Amino acid sequence: MAVLSLKELSCGYGKKVIVKGIELEADAGEMICLIGQNGSGKSTVLKTIASMIPPISGSILIDGKNRSDISRNEAARIMSVLFTERVNYDRMTCFEAVSAGRYPYTGRLGILSDDDKRIVNDAMKLTKTYELRDSDIRFISDGQRQLVMLARAIAQQPRIMILDEPSSFLDINNKLRLLGILKKLTATKNMTVIMSLHELELAKQFADRLICIKNGAPDKTGTPDEILSDGYIKELFDIDDEYTYEISDIRQVIE
Amino acid sequence: MTKKRDLRIILCFLSLFLMMGIFFLLNLTNGSSHISISEMFDILTGGGDVTARKIILDIRLPRAAAALMLGGALSISGYLLQSFFGNPIAGPFVLGISSGAKLFVAAVMIYAVKSGMAVNSAMLAAAAFAGSLAAVGLILPLSGRVKGMAQLIIIGIMIGYICSAATELLVNFADDSNIVNLHNWSMGSFSGIDKDDLKIIAAITGTGTISAFLLSKPMGAYLHGEGYASSVGVNIKLFRVLLMLLASLLAACVTAFAGPVSFVGVAVPHLIKGFFGTSRPVIIVPAVFIGGSTFCLFCDLAARMLFSPLELSISTVTAILGAPVVIIVMIKRKRNGGL
Repeated sequence: MAVLSLKELSCGYGKKVIVKGIELEADAGEMICLIGQNGSGKSTVLKTIASMIPPISGSILIDGKNRSDISRNEAARIMSVLFTERVNYDRMTCFEAVSAGRYPYTGRLGILSDDDKRIVNDAMKLTKTYELRDSDIRFISDGQRQLVMLARAIAQQPRIMILDEPSSFLDINNKLRLLGILKKLTATKNMTVIMSLHELELAKQFADRLICIKNGAPDKTGTPDEILSDGYIKELFDIDDEYTYEISDIRQVIE
Repeated sequence: MTKKRDLRIILCFLSLFLMMGIFFLLNLTNGSSHISISEMFDILTGGGDVTARKIILDIRLPRAAAALMLGGALSISGYLLQSFFGNPIAGPFVLGISSGAKLFVAAVMIYAVKSGMAVNSAMLAAAAFAGSLAAVGLILPLSGRVKGMAQLIIIGIMIGYICSAATELLVNFADDSNIVNLHNWSMGSFSGIDKDDLKIIAAITGTGTISAFLLSKPMGAYLHGEGYASSVGVNIKLFRVLLMLLASLLAACVTAFAGPVSFVGVAVPHLIKGFFGTSRPVIIVPAVFIGGSTFCLFCDLAARMLFSPLELSISTVTAILGAPVVIIVMIKRKRNGGL
């Protein structure tokens, strides 16, 4: 059975539909990427799956159970998120930040058990942020912060992880590191990853399946090899011939 | 390193308790008639001179107890508002909540005197609570509509001005004799609070603070942003309502019994977070309470002793000490990226 299924899902804000007709059956261990132009509604779809905004119509099923029938706490043990939310952080160490991921598992006051601490430490080691554990989250680089946020999402021990453009502000090394960690988690922990990506070359290398969103609906779904061929990308992104066409590296991807 | 951090927190708590104790005792011994510590212990254990007994038990002890509880309540209120609005200078005074309470208290006082009723503290508390909620009711719908938090603060300050103007208006139409009480009240003071008042204060402050402490887990998640908090299982709507109700309840309690006291709610949480080196609510909530108690005990001592026998209003002292903290916080904020 699919871990996550979306049936006739329409998402948007209030009554305004931004993306409609989304169908998806995601299996355990799968890595699925949403691609599409800026403003095509990728984030809206991800926010809806993560229950940050209610779906306009259609249904979201987790293990065949309706998302709205699952308690907040149970849902938080199944799914964790990494979104770019502008937050004015207060005095907080990176360890404290990653500990937030243990929220669904701790008691009334959120005191960490030894087990919780071990899981937090493991997540930080995995993301190579363990050395930052006592650093203040406000004073590390954007790239480091993103890896700390990834550790926070991992510490939640989810079976499904939702990420919105997680690699956008990272340098190439950290991009590969982040996606490599996700890939490893899909392989070893059978975790399902659903994310949006702008780097097509990375999507090609890491994703099992791509969902292309255009004009308010999924336009095409398939393996990277199926999608990234026949000049479809040029069409998906409405790339003008006059730009970038001469650069061979980009041509490799878009043609 | 984590061990070191825990040690720091324990030491911070110990030193705060110690300071609170010292200022509490100084508040009992100092005043127009000085009472020595040994004499005071005699009194507290049931002995001592009759006049000194009266001074300590009927005047200074209730006043110090009021400063302790209300100072804590005010600081918790400020801390809750700062968490709610994600803004470092939010507080009951800044957001016009104290002014809203003042308007309602003024209305009740003037109306009561006119119709010959005795004003009791339960009525004042009810009026202050209604006034706080009215101000919050004005700010909340607006908070969703404005983008920047700076705008929200300005709206709060404007609501404060409107309430103050309305209060002035009421005062203009009242007889001078009717507003003596109001004038005394609006100066802000921890004096004149009797034992029955203290019971009400203890009940409200206790309930409010314990509830705030029980909310410290979702508050911790909320520090990471609203979207994130909801993703780990916080019921955001319920959480926001609870936070706002608690903040108003505590601010109203203070305003009802001590009048408007400025800047404590803004300054204390920042001082405490800096002192403890963390922003974890489970530590900061109790620390802010004790810190607020200590701050207000100190300020009240200063208000009474600085120009003795002349007594300053409590807000004079809290503003002089608290406002610079706000300025420093703003400058620091700017340095690490925006309000």
